[in-house]
Amino acid sequence: MSSRKSKSNNLIQAEYLSQAQRILRERFCHQSPHSNLFGVQVQYKHLIELLKRTAIHGESNSVLIIGPRGSGKTMLINHALKELMEVEEVSENVLQVHLNGLLQINDKIALKEITRQLNLENVVGDKVFGSFAENLSFLLEALKKGDRTSSCPVIFILDEFDLFAHHKNQTLLYNLFDISQSAQTPVAIIGLTCRLSLSEDRNVRDVLQKHFNVSKSLRSLHTLLMLALNRVTPSHPFMTAADLMEANQLCSMDSKANIVHGLSVLEICLIIAMKHLNDIYEEEPFNFQMVYNEFQKFVQRKAHSVYNFEKPVVMKAFEHLQQLELIRPMERTSVNAQREYQLMKLLLDNTQIMNALQKYPNCPTDVRQWATSSLSWL
Amino acid sequence: MPHLENTVLCRESQVSTLQSLFGERHHFSFPSIFIYGHTASGKTYVTQTLLKTLELPHVFVNCVECFTLRLLLEQILNKLNHLSSSEGEYSTQITCETFNDFVRLFKQITKAESLKDQTVYIVLDKAEYLRDMEAYLLPGFLRLQELTDRNVTVIFLSEIVWEKFRPNTGCFEPFVLYFPDYSIGNLQKILSHDHPPEYSADFYAAYINILLGVFYTVCRDLKELRHLAVLNFPKYCEPVVKGEASERDTRKLWRNIEPHLKKAMQTVYLREISSSQWEKLQKDDTDPGQLKGLSAYTHVELPYYSKFILIAAYLASYNPARTDKRFFLKHHGKIKKTNFLKKHEKTSNHLLGPKPFPLDRLLAILYSIVDSRVAPTANIFSQYVASETITEERKQGRIEAISVTQSGVAAESKLGLSASCAAAHYHPLQSPLPASLQTFSPPPISGTLVVADI
Repeated sequence: MSSRKSKSNNLIQAEYLSQAQRILRERFCHQSPHSNLFGVQVQYKHLIELLKRTAIHGESNSVLIIGPRGSGKTMLINHALKELMEVEEVSENVLQVHLNGLLQINDKIALKEITRQLNLENVVGDKVFGSFAENLSFLLEALKKGDRTSSCPVIFILDEFDLFAHHKNQTLLYNLFDISQSAQTPVAIIGLTCRLSLSEDRNVRDVLQKHFNVSKSLRSLHTLLMLALNRVTPSHPFMTAADLMEANQLCSMDSKANIVHGLSVLEICLIIAMKHLNDIYEEEPFNFQMVYNEFQKFVQRKAHSVYNFEKPVVMKAFEHLQQLELIRPMERTSVNAQREYQLMKLLLDNTQIMNALQKYPNCPTDVRQWATSSLSWL
Repeated sequence: MPHLENTVLCRESQVSTLQSLFGERHHFSFPSIFIYGHTASGKTYVTQTLLKTLELPHVFVNCVECFTLRLLLEQILNKLNHLSSSEGEYSTQITCETFNDFVRLFKQITKAESLKDQTVYIVLDKAEYLRDMEAYLLPGFLRLQELTDRNVTVIFLSEIVWEKFRPNTGCFEPFVLYFPDYSIGNLQKILSHDHPPEYSADFYAAYINILLGVFYTVCRDLKELRHLAVLNFPKYCEPVVKGEASERDTRKLWRNIEPHLKKAMQTVYLREISSSQWEKLQKDDTDPGQLKGLSAYTHVELPYYSKFILIAAYLASYNPARTDKRFFLKHHGKIKKTNFLKKHEKTSNHLLGPKPFPLDRLLAILYSIVDSRVAPTANIFSQYVASETITEERKQGRIEAISVTQSGVAAESKLGLSASCAAAHYHPLQSPLPASLQTFSPPPISGTLVVADI
């Protein structure tokens, strides 16, 4: 009797676990809008105030929400819209148009999407005649409701706002803002973007990242927790510290070191030869012939474990490194230049190479010694 | 899963990670997963096998095959449609031109009964080619779960690390999973797995051991090693088949196969000869020393003046122009003891490659090195043009004859030639070189001088 009871207990436990996993996964991966807001109360109050003014009092407004990736902009606006729609008179009147810079890549597609979302497909049809401004004002005219000579307020939400600013002549943005100024239909234009004027440059971000040991974004925390959650099974029902440690290890791997780990011994020798060339000639670009020369010097004088391979075999290894994007040509391949003499650059720095060599399995000792020697071989 | 362990070797930890990431059918998973690792490390194989075995709804697309936006999106939609429609129902081909339409159609298709409430997986193989397509495509796919508001996960498979994919303005970061390279023990295990049934597993394992001993330091690519293993096994078995040695006679077998494998590295591994040619050679039992790769056929026998033209081009490529007066004029007058070697020319010219030179310079050097009087006749020019056609034979880069970079009076020509020219049959006219050429050796100045020995 007890075994039957424990079996049914196990089944119930598995069921609960599955439910718990489902909820947690939804929260971590799907970013459902039911979560509470933390740390953005001030902005939230401001935003909801603005939206209410448009929806209820018919005042046109425009907002630009700026924040780095993963700081909660989409979540904020979704929450605000949800609260807005709970008000009686708003839910009947107000129309929403959601646009995304990744999807609507030019103004024509954007106009079609606006038409579609405002449910006016039968009015305009598939073709877009006339200018953009004419079509848009026609659309907004068509939204005028009978009573109180008031037209429906429309809320435009523009995600990835910076991409819209790159459209030709910025027609869409111009017209939207124009309408919001010209006191006809009350519109609220809400833009979301992560792009500040300067610091979204990749180099700046990389530098900033180097100063932080662990990334401070909420999303990476979600990733970490999600990984730890994966290990929870009916046989292992509670998350332990070991799970979190393993998850952390998975998250913080150096990917270039991993790639170097999988190279053959010949390719490692070529990388060390390039490192020596960089040290001697102070980061001047090199070509295959120079690297081959260095390699020959090593093999003929000191190496016992590395066989003196033929030039085409070494060339194939070199091209494999190029395919993995560990080395890069300085300029585009021209048809007339021979492959052996094309100038290249190494995309790994000395510390990365030395660290990767430490972990390299079965590295022959003379190769390792060659890497650490600072004198050029005579 | 016992069935999986037999088909997918040495990848237990990755399989279990992926399985736990997928979770149960109706669970949400990461919006995007990025899997990277060396070529032939099993990324495509493991993902495909796992999705098929677990029978999860998935679409597999290769980005090399679908190299434009439209091809890629249409293939995904059509395959999804195929998944969602019931047996025997004919579905029309979907057309899709923009990513916006893709999102809309995707939402429609995933409302179907068979796809609702389950995670749909889209696998993009060779994802590095996505970077060359439209700039919004990669960020769009990374966020597909959010844009479509459906339970979908996009899996990217690539050889290149994630840092090289990230766009400048940032994007939704995927979950990055690494497929480590196979260790030598793993490679041995996998390669020994496909041994032919006629021979014992130990015999084949010994053969694989020898093969890895020769090739492991050069190449760790499983596909290449498998190809080489299959090609060379008949040669390895030859002594056993002929009755000269037994299966356990490892030393004899090793002596038989070792030179053969070394030759294979220079030819089949480099794809200089095709595998069918290799197999034919093995059957004919020729001495492997006689084996000639493609590069052997680039040595040509040239007519008399063409030889001189080639040598003149070689000298013009590698000697700087200011040394011509010293070497090629009969009465060059007194030369001051200036330092010929400039500071930046310390690197030997051979390392930097051939430099371009004007056509007139070539002809001037030609006239000075040929003993007899050379009239600038059409004969000379036709031979010059003929030597350009040898450009066709520059497949292995051994001989790249004069390649003209621009037409016109001051045409620039460049010669790339290895340090020794050998002669093989090309032209029936054979002409011995005059003695003067063989003794042509200007006084040596190290670094800038080049001597051509024939």
